[in-house]
Amino acid sequence: MNNKVKAAIIGPGNIGLDLMFKLMRSDYIEVDSVVSANPNSKGLKIVRKNGITAIDKGVEGIIGNKDIKIVFDATSARAHQAHAPLLADDNKIAIDLTPAAVGPYVIPAVNINQHLDETNINMVTCGGQATTPIVAAINEVADVEYAEIVATIASLSAGPGTRASIDEFTETTARGLVEVGGADRGKAIIILNPAEPPLIMRDTVYTQVKNLDKEAITLAVEKMVAKVKKYVPGYTLKVPPIFDGNKVTVMLEIEGAGDYLPKYSGNLDIMTSAAKAVGEEVAMRMLRK
Amino acid sequence: MNKKIRVIDSTLRDGMHAVSHQFSLDDMMQIAEGLDQAGVDTIEVSHGDGLGGSSFQYGFARHTDEEYLKAVSQVIKNAKLDVLLLPGIGTHKHLEMAAKYGAKVARIATHVTEADIGIQHIEIAKKMGMEAIGFLMMAHMVEPEKVVEQAKIFEEAGADWIYVTDSAGALTPEGVAARIKAVKKAINLPIGFHAHNNMALAIGNTLKAIECGAESVDGTCKGIGAAAGNSPTEVLVSVLKKEGYETGVDAYKIMDVADDIVVPKMHRPNMIDKNSLTIGYAGVYGSFLLHAMRAADKFGVDARDILYEMGQRKTVGGQEDMIVDVAYALSNQNK
Repeated sequence: MNNKVKAAIIGPGNIGLDLMFKLMRSDYIEVDSVVSANPNSKGLKIVRKNGITAIDKGVEGIIGNKDIKIVFDATSARAHQAHAPLLADDNKIAIDLTPAAVGPYVIPAVNINQHLDETNINMVTCGGQATTPIVAAINEVADVEYAEIVATIASLSAGPGTRASIDEFTETTARGLVEVGGADRGKAIIILNPAEPPLIMRDTVYTQVKNLDKEAITLAVEKMVAKVKKYVPGYTLKVPPIFDGNKVTVMLEIEGAGDYLPKYSGNLDIMTSAAKAVGEEVAMRMLRK
Repeated sequence: MNKKIRVIDSTLRDGMHAVSHQFSLDDMMQIAEGLDQAGVDTIEVSHGDGLGGSSFQYGFARHTDEEYLKAVSQVIKNAKLDVLLLPGIGTHKHLEMAAKYGAKVARIATHVTEADIGIQHIEIAKKMGMEAIGFLMMAHMVEPEKVVEQAKIFEEAGADWIYVTDSAGALTPEGVAARIKAVKKAINLPIGFHAHNNMALAIGNTLKAIECGAESVDGTCKGIGAAAGNSPTEVLVSVLKKEGYETGVDAYKIMDVADDIVVPKMHRPNMIDKNSLTIGYAGVYGSFLLHAMRAADKFGVDARDILYEMGQRKTVGGQEDMIVDVAYALSNQNK
């Protein structure tokens, strides 16, 4: 197949560049250009070096280019709020990696098929991408009353954006556990650990369930881990479900692919991997039409 | 005139660890009333892991933060009501709720290398007219220069005080002196010190901190707190009085609160046992104690091995989930 859907990435930071390298291997998406509003962007130099068009005029630089069908936004919530209407008017599908939440939350392994017609898709948070699938899997077989997740990431992999808006992270992640994971109530905790060498992203998922069927829960969790692993190869079940009354504990480790970012930053890798998975679903649908 | 030292009593916050966050509203009200009448300057009330800490990860509290604050705010007449908030666990919403119930002091607690995740909370507390304290936990894990660097982040964010916090009770007097002196020299804010007694150094370290310039110190009645607990407030007050410092606290009255009100509410004596000593020695977060003891039971391993391994893995405050992970790994090794 030589037909690919053209896409652009806004924001050549850590996330944007990691996504660019991932998409350069895609069978369905061709990275047409990477956009920054900063002409001196260091990231754009890396973009050029890889033979991809670097646009330094901000989002305006791709508006009107009808070849570009999909736009990944890896800037900030505030910037995406400004970009979203421009992209929608230009008939571009926006895949939003910021916490702006203009469009619905999408977790590829859980609800992508419900949202393929949307023009704006939000990728929740890294903690949400890692843990919501497990909550959804358990909810399917055991009805989750309460889901609580703890995401522990290496200090080095938490950029200034995450640090300045840590409340947004916990609030958005908790909402994702309810809206996509199906829990009645949700809570999220994030911990930064500065250890050297940096630790690989760890996530613990606690659920309180109504129908405790240990076998069904274990099976559902294992199946879900395999499903996520398809698009996040470093997604691993570290400790199988532990049962304690009606509490179920699941522990995950997420190692990055090391495309652009170091392997310990599984928190960033799962965001770019999930965004790529969503982008490819959207692209495949376009190609089928 | 004797030099004034501020005493912050954390019986109703750090002490929550020791009762697995199960104080009743009545317990809290009785203790708070006693502390207030004894003349304690500041009374801290929160889940052990701060506002929003009620969870599977840290243990569910008997009541909500809001219920506790509402109850305590009714009995405090002179003391300032203080709350603890760990960014990543609690959010600005908790601070706003606490302010509604008259909290006048917000301690924003981060790991000693991560102060920047608390900038927004310091700013929010100040905007609401609260006193904001930047609380640098696990200060033993880094060199004094790093503590200074992080204290400056809180200072720039608008904090009123900087606290150097020995969450693991791992510092010796020399380590306390180096950190307090370095911060004192570099920062234009008053400094506080929070001790744990895992190596029987809480009072000694606190005196050292004061000698090096600290002007606010923490205690809990009977030392009730995470791991082997803290400086007992009643002992601290007596020692400081003997040393010629003025705390504003009535020595007899605080002894009465400790012995007559707090003791009957304790689940276990706060003492240095093999597990809490291991916490101090290995330098791990004090509140891991009861979680490690439960995991040791469940997985049939020694709690000390779990705690020691938590230190080897360089865990920080809040990583209670890793205790189960470590216990699980140790139990598999033993098979």
